[in-house]
Amino acid sequence: MKNTFSSELSQKVASMLESGEVQLVIGYEEGTKRPRPCFISDAADAGKLIFDERCTGNLTVYLTKKELIGDSKVVVTASYFALRSILRLLTENQVNLEKLVVLTVSAEGHLIQFETTDDIAAFIKSAPVPAREDDQVLMQKLEAMSREERWEFWSEELSKCFKCYACRAACPMCYCTKCVVEENRPQWIQPWASTLANIEWHINRAMHMTGRCSDCGACGSACPLGLPVHLLSKKITEEVETSFGMNLNDTLQGGNALSTFKPEDKETFIK
Amino acid sequence: MSEFEPKIVAFVCNWCTYAGADLTGTSRIKYASNVKIVRFPCTGRIDFMLLLKAFSEGADGIIVSGCHPNDCHYTSGNFHARRRWLIFRSLLNFLGIDVNRIQYSWVSAAEGAKWAEVVNTTVTKVRELGPYTEYRKAADYVEQQEREVFNG
Repeated sequence: MKNTFSSELSQKVASMLESGEVQLVIGYEEGTKRPRPCFISDAADAGKLIFDERCTGNLTVYLTKKELIGDSKVVVTASYFALRSILRLLTENQVNLEKLVVLTVSAEGHLIQFETTDDIAAFIKSAPVPAREDDQVLMQKLEAMSREERWEFWSEELSKCFKCYACRAACPMCYCTKCVVEENRPQWIQPWASTLANIEWHINRAMHMTGRCSDCGACGSACPLGLPVHLLSKKITEEVETSFGMNLNDTLQGGNALSTFKPEDKETFIK
Repeated sequence: MSEFEPKIVAFVCNWCTYAGADLTGTSRIKYASNVKIVRFPCTGRIDFMLLLKAFSEGADGIIVSGCHPNDCHYTSGNFHARRRWLIFRSLLNFLGIDVNRIQYSWVSAAEGAKWAEVVNTTVTKVRELGPYTEYRKAADYVEQQEREVFNG
């Protein structure tokens, strides 16, 4: 299944590892059924690397794992949504381009290496956004429901959750070393699974993602029950854009929707 | 009386709405006694989880109120709060939680009459909506769980 780009990628990575320019490569290799993440520190293994349209997971989640990265300079192969996450992590000073090489593939199938934050932002702006029809259909269905029907839907769905925290583990923006759900003085959210605690947990996570979510859908994909929890963040992302006019172009200004404000923000419900 | 009397929790800021409520009392203006006021330094300090906790602990309605924009005692706390409320309201609505039970307001220290109006209006509205049993149903399971865990 190797394409031209994969060969180009392997050669590039092998030379960077051999020269000692980088110490670790985070990319994809062939899995039993689909591509899976792989971590390469030996140039001889570079041939395993692939990167094609099936590589949809968000590898950015590993960039904030200090136990994995240590002090290494790292190469990451980034899909479109991963680039958005990297941009956000750069803005939040969680990654540093001096220690990071970002590679992706252009629409023409060529290898691209980004030098600056602006380069990444420009690429994101010009590249087409990968479509996800399933999400769009479910979103429209939910918007068409009455409030009571939505409550039925979400309390039913979220009551299935058993708090495995795969959504948190898969999310590149969930990098706090201690999560609010692990606090027990005060205990905001009951740690065991129950309908209310699940609702509170997912509301908490969605609120913490406000203006920071790259809409990669990793939290939904990671869910072993297939709960559509990524739609909560998606809804908030839409609201942020509608209400505050903030989108990825504004990400370079620093701050996110809830850590900044404009005096002229508009609303209609505060009487 | 047999008529349903809603329990209302009000999260208010110390400098404007709390002082305004105080003025309501000193002005001898009558208003519904359903509301229980929780005072915060600033509306920016009112965490969204507190609203969820109020509902799960049995509140039928919530009032959130503070200084008018540009009048915040801490300069910008209410600007941050306004954004948070907007996003939170949108998320709750998407989840099917009844946002009509949450009344947001700006009431200044000089607006004693307005505070009475906000409370009376909210109580009337929530009384019509009835008890918020569907959320409490989700919460009851937690209480049952707690009893099972802590009492063996």
